[in-house]
Amino acid sequence: MSNPTAPTAMADDRPGPGRVVRVNGPLVEIEGLDQVAVLDVVEVGHNSLAAEVVSVRQGLLTAQVYEYTGGLRVGDPALGQGHPLSARFGPDLLGGIFDGLLRPLTGQPLWLSAGALRQTGTRRQWPFAPAVSTGTVVAPGNLLGMVPTPSGVDHRVLVPPGTAGPVDWVAGDGEVDDDEPIASIGGSPVAISEQWPVRAPRPVRARLELSAPLLTGQRVVDLLFPIAKGATAAVPGGFGTGKTVLLQQLVKWCEADVVVFVGCGERGNELADALADLSKLDDPRTGRSLLERTVVIANTSNMPVMAREASIHTGMTVAEFYRDMGYDTVLLADSTSRWAEALREFSSRSGELPAEEGYPAGLASALAAFYERAGRVTTLGGEEGSVTAIGAVSPPGGDMAEPVTAHTERFVRCLWSLDRDLAYARHYPAVTWRRSFSRDAQSVGAWHASEGRPAWARDRARAVALLAEADRLAPMVELVGLASLPGRERVTLLAGRLLREAVLQQSAQSVNDGHCTPAKQEALLELVLALYDRFLALVDQGHPASAVEEIDTSGVVRIRDEVGPDDAAGVERRRDEMLAALENWK
Amino acid sequence: MTPTADHAPNVPLEYRGAREAAGPLLVVGGVEGIGFDALATVRLASGEVRRGLVLEVHRDLAVIQVLEGTAGIDPDTVSVAFDAHPLQIPVGEGWLGRVWNGMGEPLDGGPPMLGATTRAVAGSPLNPTGRAVPIDPILTGISVIDALTTLVRGQKLPVFSSAGLPHFELAAQIAVQANIAGEQFKVVVVAMGLTHADAATMRDALEPRAAAGELALFLDTADDPVVQRILAPRVALTVAEYLGFDLGHHVLVVLADMTSYCEAVREVSAARGEVPGRRAYPGYLYSDLASLYERCGRIRGRAGSVTQVPVLTMPANDITHPLPDLTGYITEGQIVLSPEMHGSGLYPPVDVLASLSRLMRKGVGEGLTRSDHPGIASQLVAALSHARQVRDLAELIGAGALTETDQRYLSFADAFNSVLVSQGTGESRSLEDTLDRAWQVVSELPRSELTMLSAADVTAHYRGDETKADDRPADEPPERADVPATWVAPDTGGQERRG
Repeated sequence: MSNPTAPTAMADDRPGPGRVVRVNGPLVEIEGLDQVAVLDVVEVGHNSLAAEVVSVRQGLLTAQVYEYTGGLRVGDPALGQGHPLSARFGPDLLGGIFDGLLRPLTGQPLWLSAGALRQTGTRRQWPFAPAVSTGTVVAPGNLLGMVPTPSGVDHRVLVPPGTAGPVDWVAGDGEVDDDEPIASIGGSPVAISEQWPVRAPRPVRARLELSAPLLTGQRVVDLLFPIAKGATAAVPGGFGTGKTVLLQQLVKWCEADVVVFVGCGERGNELADALADLSKLDDPRTGRSLLERTVVIANTSNMPVMAREASIHTGMTVAEFYRDMGYDTVLLADSTSRWAEALREFSSRSGELPAEEGYPAGLASALAAFYERAGRVTTLGGEEGSVTAIGAVSPPGGDMAEPVTAHTERFVRCLWSLDRDLAYARHYPAVTWRRSFSRDAQSVGAWHASEGRPAWARDRARAVALLAEADRLAPMVELVGLASLPGRERVTLLAGRLLREAVLQQSAQSVNDGHCTPAKQEALLELVLALYDRFLALVDQGHPASAVEEIDTSGVVRIRDEVGPDDAAGVERRRDEMLAALENWK
Repeated sequence: MTPTADHAPNVPLEYRGAREAAGPLLVVGGVEGIGFDALATVRLASGEVRRGLVLEVHRDLAVIQVLEGTAGIDPDTVSVAFDAHPLQIPVGEGWLGRVWNGMGEPLDGGPPMLGATTRAVAGSPLNPTGRAVPIDPILTGISVIDALTTLVRGQKLPVFSSAGLPHFELAAQIAVQANIAGEQFKVVVVAMGLTHADAATMRDALEPRAAAGELALFLDTADDPVVQRILAPRVALTVAEYLGFDLGHHVLVVLADMTSYCEAVREVSAARGEVPGRRAYPGYLYSDLASLYERCGRIRGRAGSVTQVPVLTMPANDITHPLPDLTGYITEGQIVLSPEMHGSGLYPPVDVLASLSRLMRKGVGEGLTRSDHPGIASQLVAALSHARQVRDLAELIGAGALTETDQRYLSFADAFNSVLVSQGTGESRSLEDTLDRAWQVVSELPRSELTMLSAADVTAHYRGDETKADDRPADEPPERADVPATWVAPDTGGQERRG
């Protein structure tokens, strides 16, 4: 079928537009278009659909189109845009909802037919306050001025990478337009918004070591599998394991200045729900809607597949953009599996040799390159900023050996595996301690010690050991019966249950328990560990384990929901009451 | 296929002869100006006319998937004409009350659908910012669904079944009974790959609602060409979207059987020589399913809604098979049917513990259904989960060795099946009736076990005899009150009671 023929006379005679010679879903082949590089954007057809060149072979361009290609014909024109896939990054990002190419979705048509989505023509005015004066010599990353926003995350206008020299002129205090120059540096105009090719990582001065944790308010994460600012995490979980709820909790409660949420091939209703929730929630720092310091990139599962592929990179670039301003940013992508499927779909259509399960052989390097864009850095301007990347993974049939899960595990610093059995037993968040890890636990422990919580690392180690020991004992109980176990081991089983129910379980719906400060987290863990020690002592003193098991521990399980999210003292009072009651027990 | 109004200005280009005919695919050479996904009209030498869609255009070649298949097509004598646009159909209320095939042609002897307004069957993605959060319930009149996996307007809630179970009966019952008090309600049923016997049963069951002009049935039987099966849900959803979002009706779409649909997708993919993914389904099956399942919801500032109940039979009853798995990743919950319950003669055989309606939390309670609904639903599920553990324990040690409380859990489970779940295929229960039955079932348990219900609700509705079997003194706290009843593994409670 592929019988390469000479380009038609029409394409030979005229410069300018090339012509489409093949259309197969999002894959389009074009010939007669010169001076186009791989990854450049071309517009195809009479609706000017955006496409990206993925290969150039003997004058034949292969491109992936970001829209539905129905009606596109052989012979339709194709125009090179002369630049790679780029987006405009400006102060309108915060609080906005965008598609995978960072085109705003608000104020657009209800039905997104091909070619319907356009950069809106309306421009906004922003208040600008200069930070430099004429004549100052500036370098990339230097602060030029501020655009204050109500979200508390001010937009810092920086000298773009590649621009340096003396400031020829700079705008004064006042309103400016998005794209209007606010300064001229060494002859180059600079606006408050910046164009950047989304597949290229933004440059930094240096990468820094990871130390401080990104607190998430979720106990199983912060206590057992902590993530450092600038690190990476993956959340694999089959459907129905509570993946989306966990990610939404992270969006709501993680301690970042800016959160970028990429809804990549997920449900439309769920996104509507998340948006409604975010706009209702108050940011504890400003008292305003949490949505105002969130950037949402929405490419639901029925939106064009190739824009889904781009959305991950677009989101990462938004996070880097705010990192460069010196903020701690978090990128949450739900779900990277759908992104990998977009890669697979395109590689299959372009006839690439498939590797595992039809995925392209480049899957592993594509995943690695994505997660490597995270990090804690010194920016070009000398500020400190970070991008923490968290990707959900949707393993088909819960199969953790499938390629996306298997590759992702190797590249991330934290793995929070969701377990169907835990979810089925209504143990939420269903993060299993058996298949999760954090490679930052040690550095986070050091950070806690420097924050006045020296016991954190020791308590964490005890908790991990207790869970493992309880898991080891559970199958023995099934074999020989609880009564045959020695007293200390029966107490270990009891303490394991308390640890799971009083500490690791957390209710996303609860006002008191939805998030939890480090102090309350530690108090809860210490409550369980103190009881464990006391129970062991009681058994050692000769009390029968069955009597210890009858002690009413319902107050231990309920306390997390009874006191406020930061009420460590309330938890400690409960601990003291429990221990006092056990002082003169029997 | 019904002609569309905008054909006239685009005189279709006609070509004689094809290069290749194989399976559902026809390759036509020497073509020019043909659009991807355009509609093709294939004329056989005998005068027979078939329809097709352009799958790929490559220089002067067009690859067409022929909806009726290529059987009987001689590449030398066939002629093919192309439309300028992807397939469009007329939309409007004229579809209701009628029976159509998968391409939208009448099967009931009536006239073809005509109308001035047309829509592309491929649909367009809905701008996510235009969506409203689904919150209001739809009542199906089926107790176990209304009480425990409530369907919400704008939701997609599939039925996962396996071969031999009465999923078509259940689908038909939902289609016939579903309603919203006091509002317009329309139903679109797409039957895909059904046997003639199943199709006839389905048609008969739906007759009353169709006769009332509230239901459109698209019928594609197992011997129809596979490509038609790929088109059928798209035609039906295009009809439903117009009824829901343009005319403001609440529309329920029942899609059965999605397994047949996916097999059709696989067959066409194989015919095109595509790289196979899991179980040889194409790698884009997720996106393809999403392009159907996401065509539902509510729109801000508009009256209507489109709700979907897809039915799929899990091959070998395997929930990790790609079809239920990919579906589960897109839909908002699932209703799982159990061969064991069917074996014991229960209808509908809904496995409550495996089923879930993700949107139910927003769709029930005060002002929506009844204020006691969320509590009683959680209590039923929790108690049922515990009852299942008790049942396992009883098999080991004998029912006689159980505590009094656990024995009451067993009678609770029996009452749950006989009072709440069991229902006739033609029986529609009001919500009041359903919730009253739920309380009757819960009243089999001692009052002290009802930890998930508010004291006020218990006082208002509980009908149990508390003193009869509650063997504990009143002042002693209930057994295991601190352990959520749903905690299963690793549980030491059962072992303890054994000793």
